[in-house]
Amino acid sequence: MADFLMPSLGADMETGKVVEWLVKPGDRIQPGAVVAVVETHKGAIDIECFLGGVIEDLAPLDVELPVGALLAHVHAAGEAAAAAPAPSPAPTAATAAAVEGPRETATAPRPAAREPSPEAAGPAASTTVGPKLSPAARRRAQELGLDTAALRGTGVDGALTLADVELAATQSRPQAAPAAPAAASAPRAARAGFDPAQMRQAIAAAMTRSKREIPHYYLTSTIAFAAAQAWLDAYNRERDPADRLLPATLLLKATAQALVEVPQLNGFHENGAYRSGPGIHVGWAIALRGGGLVAPAIHDADRKSLPELMAALRDLVQRARAGGLRSSELMDPTITVTSLGERGAESVLGVIYPPQVAIVGFGRVVQRPWVVAGTVVPRPLVALSLAADHRASDGHVGGQLLAAIDRALQSPETL
Amino acid sequence: MNASEIRALAAEVLAGIAPEADLASVGDNEDLREALDLDSMDFMNFVVGLHQKTGHAIPEADVPKLYTLAGLVAYFAAG
Repeated sequence: MADFLMPSLGADMETGKVVEWLVKPGDRIQPGAVVAVVETHKGAIDIECFLGGVIEDLAPLDVELPVGALLAHVHAAGEAAAAAPAPSPAPTAATAAAVEGPRETATAPRPAAREPSPEAAGPAASTTVGPKLSPAARRRAQELGLDTAALRGTGVDGALTLADVELAATQSRPQAAPAAPAAASAPRAARAGFDPAQMRQAIAAAMTRSKREIPHYYLTSTIAFAAAQAWLDAYNRERDPADRLLPATLLLKATAQALVEVPQLNGFHENGAYRSGPGIHVGWAIALRGGGLVAPAIHDADRKSLPELMAALRDLVQRARAGGLRSSELMDPTITVTSLGERGAESVLGVIYPPQVAIVGFGRVVQRPWVVAGTVVPRPLVALSLAADHRASDGHVGGQLLAAIDRALQSPETL
Repeated sequence: MNASEIRALAAEVLAGIAPEADLASVGDNEDLREALDLDSMDFMNFVVGLHQKTGHAIPEADVPKLYTLAGLVAYFAAG
């Protein structure tokens, strides 16, 4: 029997709520099947289960559960279905990282999922970063002058969450007690599973963590886009609108190919060390109408053709805006690319999404003077940038990535 | 198609791309992309929708003619 746990859908997620089960207890599921819809600050996300067998013991609906919480048991073929529930395992590296992530959005105080162990608060009081206390919770506790060793955690394995700290603060100040929890548990916006204010807070938390913890370095290059533009114009000229490619497709593919050459920027900084990504899963930054941003993964972007990437982009943008992103797309981007499009600014310097170690930015394609063989000529240009984590790489490696992206865009027929 | 049919068609296609966009608030010569905050992908989907509903080929070189309502009306009225 295996445990199906609440997945971490990014460093800024601490909890989620199952709002729909797409399977019934006793159903047989294939690995990778979408089994539930979980509501997060990124909206309602389709959750895949990568276990195969008979699913049982489904978690209740509409209960806020921490990352790593038990959602169901999955029995492999031939196993007895009525086995006693196993104790929840310790969070994996991935979920531990997410539990560390700050969460500025306090949820309504909830009953403890399990008895918090007294020793759980111990390491939290020290200055070392441990999984038992989120940075947001630690900072808030410091602001409030609370001794975290004396607090009870309701997170995974008794971890203190921001909500716990806020609750403790209201309890220590009785006159303020009703105000904060009432505001925190206000009903969500009408659009199912998406609250712009909540998403804004989640972005604020993730980006604050990034700027506080990641020593960013920045590099920029100006790339001649004439070859790519000429190739695109020729490609699109004879095609129906639905089969045309946007410049973004070439930028995406060039970045993915360059990462094959410079793998040091494709992965994660976790627990004090760099870990290379299992593939080139490019998180594509998508602005949402009404505010907010998500960067779901395009898996194995280096191995997809341009038409495949274009189809993937269209599908992803549509699902990001209308709902239906899958858990795997939010869990495993190994780098982020942000392309500002034809109406965007000329250049962008990104903020790394932890635990990733790099973000590549492309500005709008602009016509500017350019020197070709000693003569100034008008040319389409694009400003390319890299923000990278100095704990994982140096500017020399970053420069190699920018050069590789430039080379790829000068030979669009090889993309 | 006459002008009001073309406007109705544009509104119908836009409804699937930017549901909150209000075409009635856009002036004839305003850039739709600016007025309705449409990005490259949105506008490409708009052109795809127009192509599917009218059967017009809409070569890529013609796409800039569709940036305004006046341009849309001129383009489809002529064809």
